Amino acid sequence: MTTAATTEPTTEPTAASSSDRAGLRHRLAERGIDARLLLLLPGLVLVIALFVYPFVYGLGLSFQPMDGGGPFENYRRFFGDAFQRATIGKTLWLALPAALLNVAASVPIAYRLRGRFRGKRILTTILVIPITLGTVLTAEGLLNFAGPSGWLNRALLGIGLIDDPLRLVNNYWGVFFSLIISGFPFAFLLILSYLSGIDPSLERAAASLGANAWNRFRLITLPLLAPGLATTFCLTFVLAFSVFPSAILVGDPTDSTRVISIAAYQAAYEQYDYPFASTIAIVMGVIELAVIGVVLAGRSRLYTGTTGGKGA
Amino acid sequence: MTTTPTRDIPGPAPRRLVASPLAWLVWGAVGLFLLALLGVVASVVVNSLGSRWFDTWLPSGWTAQWYREAWTGFDLFSVIVTTLEVALAVVVLSILVGVPTAYVLARRTFPGKRLVFLLFLLPIMMPPITYGIPLATVLYKVGLAGNLSGVILANLVPCVPFVVLTMTPFIEQIDPAIENAARMSGAGTFPVFTRILAPLLLPGILASAILVLVRTVGMFELTFLTAGPTSTTLVVALFNSMNAAGIRAQQSVDAMAVVYMLVMLVLLVTALRFVNPTQLVSQVKEEPLE
Repeated sequence: MTTAATTEPTTEPTAASSSDRAGLRHRLAERGIDARLLLLLPGLVLVIALFVYPFVYGLGLSFQPMDGGGPFENYRRFFGDAFQRATIGKTLWLALPAALLNVAASVPIAYRLRGRFRGKRILTTILVIPITLGTVLTAEGLLNFAGPSGWLNRALLGIGLIDDPLRLVNNYWGVFFSLIISGFPFAFLLILSYLSGIDPSLERAAASLGANAWNRFRLITLPLLAPGLATTFCLTFVLAFSVFPSAILVGDPTDSTRVISIAAYQAAYEQYDYPFASTIAIVMGVIELAVIGVVLAGRSRLYTGTTGGKGA
Repeated sequence: MTTTPTRDIPGPAPRRLVASPLAWLVWGAVGLFLLALLGVVASVVVNSLGSRWFDTWLPSGWTAQWYREAWTGFDLFSVIVTTLEVALAVVVLSILVGVPTAYVLARRTFPGKRLVFLLFLLPIMMPPITYGIPLATVLYKVGLAGNLSGVILANLVPCVPFVVLTMTPFIEQIDPAIENAARMSGAGTFPVFTRILAPLLLPGILASAILVLVRTVGMFELTFLTAGPTSTTLVVALFNSMNAAGIRAQQSVDAMAVVYMLVMLVLLVTALRFVNPTQLVSQVKEEPLE
């Protein structure tokens, strides 16, 4: 707000300005350009200096391999090495099912709980807890809870469901569970807020025309909810795709859960090969944006008008 | 939570008994999830308080020694101080930078507005690791990483856009006539901000400040990539001690995890006094991209 002091409203008369300059300024102001736009400056400078510039710098760096070779040497190295290349598949194999499950499980539950009921506020509050705790703490808890002698295995053994403790941590499933624990509440709360934005009278109108519960959901609610589902999927996918701490802590970071962020981290902080690390980070960003682009392209074909409720 | 499951049918719709199996399934799934969540959190707490815990339901004895050990061994006090310093600096800076930006985006139309909006949306939509690694490289090059300023700068990258996106709808709600009246009475942009907008926006600023606080304390990746030995926050210290297994007793790590949980819980309780739980989640609820 300190910068705001320097921007004066343009209405203030400046005696020295010739009619020509005033005319230009007037024309610019008509198109929406005047001194108050300078308020954008601090934010823009920050995003450009700390987000755009590093990205461009990293992109440039990725074309300057440390050990020589052509400009695409780093990319060739990444895609030519099966060990590195496999990280893409491993990341997607974790992130896509986890994001899909989070969204798919949230829809019926949120649909069921969309109205008012006692304890709704408590339930939503409890569900916020795993989001705020984050994956590091979830990982620590999972190691204790789902470990070979943890409560989960102990309970399952106790009721005779299994004969040997299940291996649920330090492998794919540990990471998967940690993505569910932090991702499901996230998806659920988002979808719940989308659902409460849909006018309930639409559904009542359908009911009065004789539509049964399934048809009301399928033909009325789902089409209105679909754009929200696409957005939720994207946000959940971003969370799952950037899985890093839990892949190391509850996963199997040398093999089955060596996700792409681990590869990038190792290149930067273990081999100090920043060009290669930037290469991996760029590849990671491109893949993520590609998935989101596909989903959002599908979303733009959906109905995105008003939903009649408070969220419209 | 064991109320009759037919309650939530909107309005006077017919109460269907057919839906009961679905209701059972839904409540069952929620119950199982909450049980697992409770187990995850409780096992950390119990382990941090137990003296020895092998192959039994509960530890064989109870002790507070791990907390003493964690407090001195991990230098928890200075870590907590660092965490709060980083979080407060990020909150203040991102509000100061974000609110004027949100104001322009809410009130004005200008050429290139969509591009500017996209610029502020991207840092939220990208995984922190993807821009964190190039950012850390640049910050190390100019000598800003490895200390407090690097951690603060890196955390500003997602937080400023977050403030912009959460504040824009708040500003849109305020009647522009109030501002115009102030301007007609001779107020410049700065007085309009401090004397007209700031008091009206206070609830929104408070909500978004608290959300930024929670996010910054919980932010792992960016802090991890830019922090030096004296500028680690609680969550990074927790990760480091977990990752360096064997150096410390597991229970001592869990004691630290409980301290982290308590800090988060205090923030969460404060946050929920001011914001709706769904607000903690929906970062970009309405994406005006298309």
